[in-house]
Amino acid sequence: MRGGRTVADQSSYCLRDLATESLAGLAQRPGRSVLTLLGTVLGTGAFVAVLGLAATANGQIGKQFSLLSATTVTVNDVGVPQSSANEGGNAYLDDFPADADMRVDRLNGVMQAGVWWRVQLNESVISTSPYAIAGSQNDNGGLPVYAASAGALRAMRPAVTTGELFGSFDVRNAEPVVVLGAAAASQLGISNLTAEPVVFINGLSFTVVGIISNAQRVTEALSGLIVPTTTAENYFGLPQSIDPPQMVIWTRIGAADQVAAEAPIALRPDDPHVFQAVAPPDRWSIQGKVDAALEELFLSLAGLSLFIGAVGIANTTLIAVLERTGEIGLRRSLGARPGHITAQVLCESGTLGLLGGLIGASLAVLLVIAVALAKQWTAILDPAAALFAPLVGAVLGVLAGLYPAVRASRIEPLEALRS
Amino acid sequence: MRFRRAQPGTGTLTTDVPVIRMCGVGRTYPGPPPVHALRDVDLEIEPGAYVAITGPSGAGKSTLLNLLGLLDRPSNGTCELDGIDVSRLPERDRSGLRGARIGFVFQSFHLLPHRTALENVMLAEIYNHRPHAARADAAAMALIRVGLAHRIHALPRTLSGGERQRVAIARAVVNMPRLLLCDEPTGNLDSVSTATLLDLLGSLNDLGLTVIVITHDPSVAARARRTISMLDGRVVSDSQVAPDHPHNCTGAHR
Repeated sequence: MRGGRTVADQSSYCLRDLATESLAGLAQRPGRSVLTLLGTVLGTGAFVAVLGLAATANGQIGKQFSLLSATTVTVNDVGVPQSSANEGGNAYLDDFPADADMRVDRLNGVMQAGVWWRVQLNESVISTSPYAIAGSQNDNGGLPVYAASAGALRAMRPAVTTGELFGSFDVRNAEPVVVLGAAAASQLGISNLTAEPVVFINGLSFTVVGIISNAQRVTEALSGLIVPTTTAENYFGLPQSIDPPQMVIWTRIGAADQVAAEAPIALRPDDPHVFQAVAPPDRWSIQGKVDAALEELFLSLAGLSLFIGAVGIANTTLIAVLERTGEIGLRRSLGARPGHITAQVLCESGTLGLLGGLIGASLAVLLVIAVALAKQWTAILDPAAALFAPLVGAVLGVLAGLYPAVRASRIEPLEALRS
Repeated sequence: MRFRRAQPGTGTLTTDVPVIRMCGVGRTYPGPPPVHALRDVDLEIEPGAYVAITGPSGAGKSTLLNLLGLLDRPSNGTCELDGIDVSRLPERDRSGLRGARIGFVFQSFHLLPHRTALENVMLAEIYNHRPHAARADAAAMALIRVGLAHRIHALPRTLSGGERQRVAIARAVVNMPRLLLCDEPTGNLDSVSTATLLDLLGSLNDLGLTVIVITHDPSVAARARRTISMLDGRVVSDSQVAPDHPHNCTGAHR
């Protein structure tokens, strides 16, 4: 006799039949199938939504801040404050050399650079009138006064509303000129410079040369009055340790880290450690830290619901297998191999997972788009994440179906058919 | 409708090879204590036979049915189907043989409730190589053959018990099997349906199909030309009646 293979009729079960039979099996119990899907829908949906929302929010933050922060370096004076007897015991800091702007300007990649600080005034009287008395109606003593070099003023990226910025000539000669921030200008009632208005600080007169409406790198300057550094030193003394001087540097894109490394040495080759250069915050790492904690939480919740979804699929599939003992026995009697039964159960549970993943990913995409639209952001979603979700669902479904499938393939046909 | 008496091209069959040949077959279910469900059974069933297997519960009928239907393997002895020793074939080949050469009919019909009569019959075809395009026609033919031409698209719940069992028979014969194995086929039917069903089995047998019926019911067994009685796992009697048994007359008009 020949070998069994040539003699026996092999049963066949093509993929099309497998798919048809599995879908029919699911369609027989639509309500239960839908409920079973829910866990997977929530799990994969949460995964995709978290990834999408994080990417969208990140992209938004990046868009707003990246260009500015990536081209900003600040150098802080962290030297030991000097006590001076004639300044009434106030400690002052003055580690920046007089030619600080020039030294840093020479560095490759620097667009503008300069030193600025907030001037400490005790009981200042600031007014457009020379006769203003402290506390009177036309006294604006609360306004902050800043000292800035010509370079610092330009490195702030100010937008000039009217007039002009003071230049290096004014700084060199300690001219009594002032640039007003938009907020300070409106408080002082100055809006145009045709009459060459003058501001009095503690009775000293300063000619207003310009009004700025923006100062991207030192936004607080908008609310105050900015005078040249030399003028400030002459009239109000050295910068004090309460408000230490700082250098602001506008770098070219990509040069910030290099400039931050070089600036302290360029400023004080003898003692660079009195300065601390701050490179632009790594947007991704900072943003990442904040998001990572939140994302981790959401992703672990999503993972949990995925797990619950898988358990749900396993449970439903097992119950379906036990309910369909007779059908499985029948199929065996009609020529189905145990492998065919296993394949069908796996196909059913896998389809449940796939559908769950598909629906979950679709809902998540809609959610991301809805949030982005509501906030007028650009929706950003890695297509891989959305496409991956159904796959993850399918794999999970198949895994969940393993035990029920093995149980199904071990059903004794005749026992099943007699019951 | 024709049933194959022998399969050309398979190389092992001649016209006189018995459909079933069992030699010294025993089946012991491992204990403890071990149960000897079947002991030393020798059995030969010729093509075209109509056999009833009777006996009380526990006599070994189910075990014999399991072995005949390739749903179980003997503990000892050999079991041949169409001259093929099936006791040692791999499971995939046994499944294939089962699907192609054996049709099953059960007491409780086992129709899938959500599928029409036609779809239930087509279920038997998905494991058996028949091209998709030919399936519906073959299934419809089988349903017409069992007298259900008017119920082809009916769902099982709208069918009577007798009609359901006839759908099950259509499903069992749609692949043109060599052997029809019926396990208490009339157990859930009233007397009228039973008579109709037995007529149908008789007429199928007249067309050359080998029919084996396992039953408690003496009136069902009486329709067979050969009755095998079992007790305690052994064949205790094997009686052949004359070939011109009256059932031929009743079967002829269907």
